[in-house]
Amino acid sequence: MLSDILQSGLIISILATAVRMGTILLLAALGELIVERSGVLNLSVEGMMLSGAFGGFIGAYYTNSLWLGVLSAILAGLLISALFGLLAIILQIDQTVSGLTVNIFAAGLTFYLYRTLFPNVGATNIPALKPFSVFQLPFLSDIPIIGKILFSQYALSYLAFFLMLLVAFYLYRTKSGLILRTLGENPRVVDMKGINVMRYRFLAVLFGGMMAGLAGSFITLASVGIFVADITSGRGWLAIAIVIFGDWKPVKILWASLFFGFIDALQMQLQALGVQLPFQLFLTMPYILTTVAVFLARKRSGAPLALGVHYERE
Amino acid sequence: MNSEFDKPLLTVDNLSKSFGQFIANDQICFDVIKGHIHCLLGENGAGKSTLANCIYGASKPDSGRIVFKGQEVSFSSPKDAIRQGIGMVHQHFVLSEPMNAVENIIVGEESTGTFLNLQNDTEKIQNLCDQYDLTFDLSLPVSQLSVGEQQWIEILKALYVGVDLLLLDEPTAVLTPQEVERLFAVISKMAAEGISVILITHKLDEVLDISNSVTVLRKAKAIITVDTENSTKASLAKLLVGRDFDFKVNKVKVDRGAPVLEIKNLSVLRDNKTLAVNRVSLTVHEGEILGLAGVSGNGQSELFDALVGVRQTENGSIRLAEDEITNCSPAEISIKGMASVPQDRLKQGLIGNFSVKENLILGAHSNPPFCSRGVLNWKTIMDFSKEAINNFDIRTIGPEQKVEQLSGGNLQKVILAREISHPIKTLIASSPTRGLDINASFYVYSRFLEQLKLKAGILLISEDLDELFNIADRIAVIYNGSILGEYCIEDATIEKIGLLMAGLKEETEPLVQSDN
Repeated sequence: MLSDILQSGLIISILATAVRMGTILLLAALGELIVERSGVLNLSVEGMMLSGAFGGFIGAYYTNSLWLGVLSAILAGLLISALFGLLAIILQIDQTVSGLTVNIFAAGLTFYLYRTLFPNVGATNIPALKPFSVFQLPFLSDIPIIGKILFSQYALSYLAFFLMLLVAFYLYRTKSGLILRTLGENPRVVDMKGINVMRYRFLAVLFGGMMAGLAGSFITLASVGIFVADITSGRGWLAIAIVIFGDWKPVKILWASLFFGFIDALQMQLQALGVQLPFQLFLTMPYILTTVAVFLARKRSGAPLALGVHYERE
Repeated sequence: MNSEFDKPLLTVDNLSKSFGQFIANDQICFDVIKGHIHCLLGENGAGKSTLANCIYGASKPDSGRIVFKGQEVSFSSPKDAIRQGIGMVHQHFVLSEPMNAVENIIVGEESTGTFLNLQNDTEKIQNLCDQYDLTFDLSLPVSQLSVGEQQWIEILKALYVGVDLLLLDEPTAVLTPQEVERLFAVISKMAAEGISVILITHKLDEVLDISNSVTVLRKAKAIITVDTENSTKASLAKLLVGRDFDFKVNKVKVDRGAPVLEIKNLSVLRDNKTLAVNRVSLTVHEGEILGLAGVSGNGQSELFDALVGVRQTENGSIRLAEDEITNCSPAEISIKGMASVPQDRLKQGLIGNFSVKENLILGAHSNPPFCSRGVLNWKTIMDFSKEAINNFDIRTIGPEQKVEQLSGGNLQKVILAREISHPIKTLIASSPTRGLDINASFYVYSRFLEQLKLKAGILLISEDLDELFNIADRIAVIYNGSILGEYCIEDATIEKIGLLMAGLKEETEPLVQSDN
């Protein structure tokens, strides 16, 4: 069996899956990057993603339009992040506590709404929709190997790459991006120039929510076409780990996302191949490797100095 | 000379500001002429920073007027002040450490366009640097620049916006002598270009070196404004420290006995690895108070930390009676008979949201009788607390009250009760009466004098000269981490001590070369 793995067709398939899974993580991680760069530690990415996954599914299910589903996923992420912003920024509740609270709330709310809307869901009666299909980029997808890995992806994956460039450009090439980065290092510098620190941070949190919502919609609308409770299964937490592993820098975050996507893909494909190892081990692999990766990344220097600290005027 | 140069750019008229009961500024009046360097000279707590904050819009005065460029102004925030052309360089810089000078200067500045044009901005700032002879790497992150260079960035921020008046709050406190010289060159150049500068300082040399005029502040009042050219170090020193004695302590002389604290050649580093305490040798004997005078920031807090064991020493030794305690843990030092009263009562001395009884046993909490086999003995603790509250007259609703709800004087009583309820050999106190009213201060003094009779020795670190002259037996002066001199109380005068505090042994001869 192991010899099969080495066959190029399989490797291409694993890498293509890695890109697909990686771009889901990338979307959420880019949002979290903007939030953390503004100095806010948002631990509610998981809840925002889950809300996006749910909002996307419901939106698409009732409008019969996958793209309207994506839109409603973004809206769901936005609403949940507004709740987080209310707690953590406006009411100045401890950011960790706010994040965890929002996660629990989102998990409960999505499950409640799902069961309210679909009271008769059973093992055989799961509401489903036809998910996005792969969007082959003309000509580029014909390139051998690379075309299959990079250019035979879902539209949302291409969008993720594009957004990575946009976020990098925003952070390093715009005046607003400089203000945002300064907020994360020493908000007082910006406050003394007459800029509203809370407002800026709140907007950053809303952006993070929209990105997490978008990432969530990817799961229900492009992968499986169904919603189940806790369908994000920890990917929001992975996004937070990716921001750390990526040293709070957009390009490194891209690589980190692809790396974690690869681990996910490996797990799926090896399991499908029937490699003689207990399946539980495959399921735990992403978490074990995440722990190892974050441990290796413990000396990252890019962490914003004011991350997680409420700003108070003297 | 242009006639414009003689008109006051800024007039402060009868400005008063208080915080609750505490009066920080009491009817302050002074003028600053365009293109002049004006010093605000005063000791810590004289009200200099509050005054600066009022001018800069960070604080609102209770009464009085500020007239700037011929118009009465009232700023609601520093942003307003900057718009009108008043900039300020704070003692603690407000910079984003991982970013470079250019980014720190231009961030949030109002200008057209969405996109950054760092090249263009760098050129503009480089021109400013050239104009003022500032040479440093604009592309390095702030964290890699020296303190002096970081201060230049703060000054450049003001120049970039274009200010007419720049306030500098104790700008030389953190600089090396060479950096001070370069800073003064920049300030002089600014003045020559017509920018007025207000320099807040407690250092006499600086006033004489650079200023045109000086306003002396003492105890919230502007004592006098004089032209610098008519002043001498001695005349300013006298104005600075004042000579009013409001009260006297009845002190009975106790015979001095054997040494209980011997500090030999002690050197201690600051957090940033520079030398804070430089080969200090001091001896405290049984039954005496050795006062350590000095303007704050001259190594006192590092010395205190090293003595109580919370900061590693670099060199030298500390003996507590018969025991060598150099670099011992705070617990060992305390068990061997050292008591300490730190400067910041709530940050260093107590845990604010712990109860009175918990704070009363901190440090001894894992020893009998308060604790046996790792379990706290609350009954003993309660009895001890009630006794301590009684003995030290701590005004509290009970042992269960959180200490953060107590007044300053009562906080100090909790610390004293904890530190001197058992026999001690040495007490180290840092500014023990700062912020206390006269009654509470006298209570602290009486407890100190009582310890002398019990054969303890006391090292009293204080910036309050009245206090030192009241209760110390000898006074040593620390300046720039070194002991500049030591007098028996009989030989000491406020003038002598004041000059040493300013780093001068005699009027003509600076002890520490800060002029090269």
